[in-house]
Amino acid sequence: MTKPQATVLYDAPGPKARLRNNIYTMITVVALLGVAAFVVVKLNDKGQFAGNIWAPFFEWETWNQYLIPGVQGTLTAAVLASIFALIFGSVFGLARLSDHKWIRIPAGWVVEVFRAIPLLLLIFFIWFLAPDLMGGGDYGLLALVIGLTLYNGSVLAEVVRAGVLAVPKGQSEAAYAIGMRKSSVMRLILLPQALTAMMPAVVSQLVVLLKDTALGYIITYIDLLNMGFKILPSVHFGTKLVAAIFIGVFYIGLNMLLSWFANWLERRSRRSRKTAAKPVALTTEMT
Amino acid sequence: MDELIEYGPDLLKGFLVNLQLSAICTVLALVLGTILVAMRVSPIPVLRAAGTTVVNVIRNTPLTLLLAFSALGLSDTLGLTFSDEPYDNAFWLVVMAMSIYAATFVCEALRSGINTVPMGQAEAARAVGLTFMQTLRLIILPQAFRAVIAPLGSVVIALIKNTTVAQAGGLLADAAFVMYDTFDTTGVSIPIFIGLVIAFMAVTLPIGWFTGWLAKRLAVAR
Repeated sequence: MTKPQATVLYDAPGPKARLRNNIYTMITVVALLGVAAFVVVKLNDKGQFAGNIWAPFFEWETWNQYLIPGVQGTLTAAVLASIFALIFGSVFGLARLSDHKWIRIPAGWVVEVFRAIPLLLLIFFIWFLAPDLMGGGDYGLLALVIGLTLYNGSVLAEVVRAGVLAVPKGQSEAAYAIGMRKSSVMRLILLPQALTAMMPAVVSQLVVLLKDTALGYIITYIDLLNMGFKILPSVHFGTKLVAAIFIGVFYIGLNMLLSWFANWLERRSRRSRKTAAKPVALTTEMT
Repeated sequence: MDELIEYGPDLLKGFLVNLQLSAICTVLALVLGTILVAMRVSPIPVLRAAGTTVVNVIRNTPLTLLLAFSALGLSDTLGLTFSDEPYDNAFWLVVMAMSIYAATFVCEALRSGINTVPMGQAEAARAVGLTFMQTLRLIILPQAFRAVIAPLGSVVIALIKNTTVAQAGGLLADAAFVMYDTFDTTGVSIPIFIGLVIAFMAVTLPIGWFTGWLAKRLAVAR
């Protein structure tokens, strides 16, 4: 066991405190076991451990026909929206840095408005608007991807802007001093350094985007949630809870992996000597 | 414009549900979040681990999944009910899921706030003989709260926007659902969409300004 570390809140415990901590530990463990036992008993009462509920998840059919297409649906939306959001974010992020007022101010408005609209309202609106403009059809994916693009793209625009602004002023001053034009300064000096600084924040925003793809469930887009909660239980009755566990593991696993990657990028960028800019703060905001 | 006037009262009734949800969830999230952060910084390793697990699991789960799970898994399958009235039951299920979700973000915000409190504050508190809970309650948390007013404001704003997802938890009453319902019967209406967007912004923007102002005013001078 490692020696207990002193933190801001408490000293390294002495003999008395260790004893007290051990007692509290015991109480906590007992309480947690109690909660776990209660859940198990409750699940058993409702017959959630019955073989027929779990059996479908050990059959290739279930994976092949429901879960894997569900994962594909979720990932398709996430990947498409990520690509478009990155393009949208780059364009509007740079537009907000423009020297021309007539570009900078409208771009600022677009970014602020799309960040403030509740995402689901935006998705609903596009979902119902699309058939009016383009005739009948299934616009679930379209509405989801456009909605996610506009919202996450606007957040990414702020990240791009912050990344470019994080490059110390001396860098662009030096570039102008040796005779570079505005576009060369941006392309050769600012963006390469800003990219390293904003990568961690971009990846952590992609976690938010991936989580928001679950909104497709509400507009009946065939994603993992619809497959697990609606379609699969209609074939194999009573599998909702097991499906929820699978969906949860998928999202939590993938998001933790991405978050870990973002943190790793941030540490790397902090050490990096290729950029003079400090990394842009990670997205910790709730969405 | 006619649609907005015609369906205005329904939309307003829906919007009041959003506000109701926001208010209750904000209070619960702040309380739960404070409890979670107390667990995460406590001297008991098991409590810390439990807090960390809860926060990481809930934070990385989509809110839509949490809501659908509460309605379909906890309520339908396991029989967790808050009330015999279907509307009240759905309402409190949504409140539960949303508060827990927001609480994990409150917890993370507070934890970063605690990190801004200088070591000397807690050392001085211990030197005068305060216990862990006293140090946390009287010295650390008041300073931490003041340091994270702006981030907490963002959590509340996000919470208000998130109440539109309530229908995933079976609460078919909020403004987003009314809008969906209206579009479904009469077709898409731009005035209704813009009207609702403005209604949400009319609540979230002032909260942003107010918490920003409060954060500046209450900032701990160091």
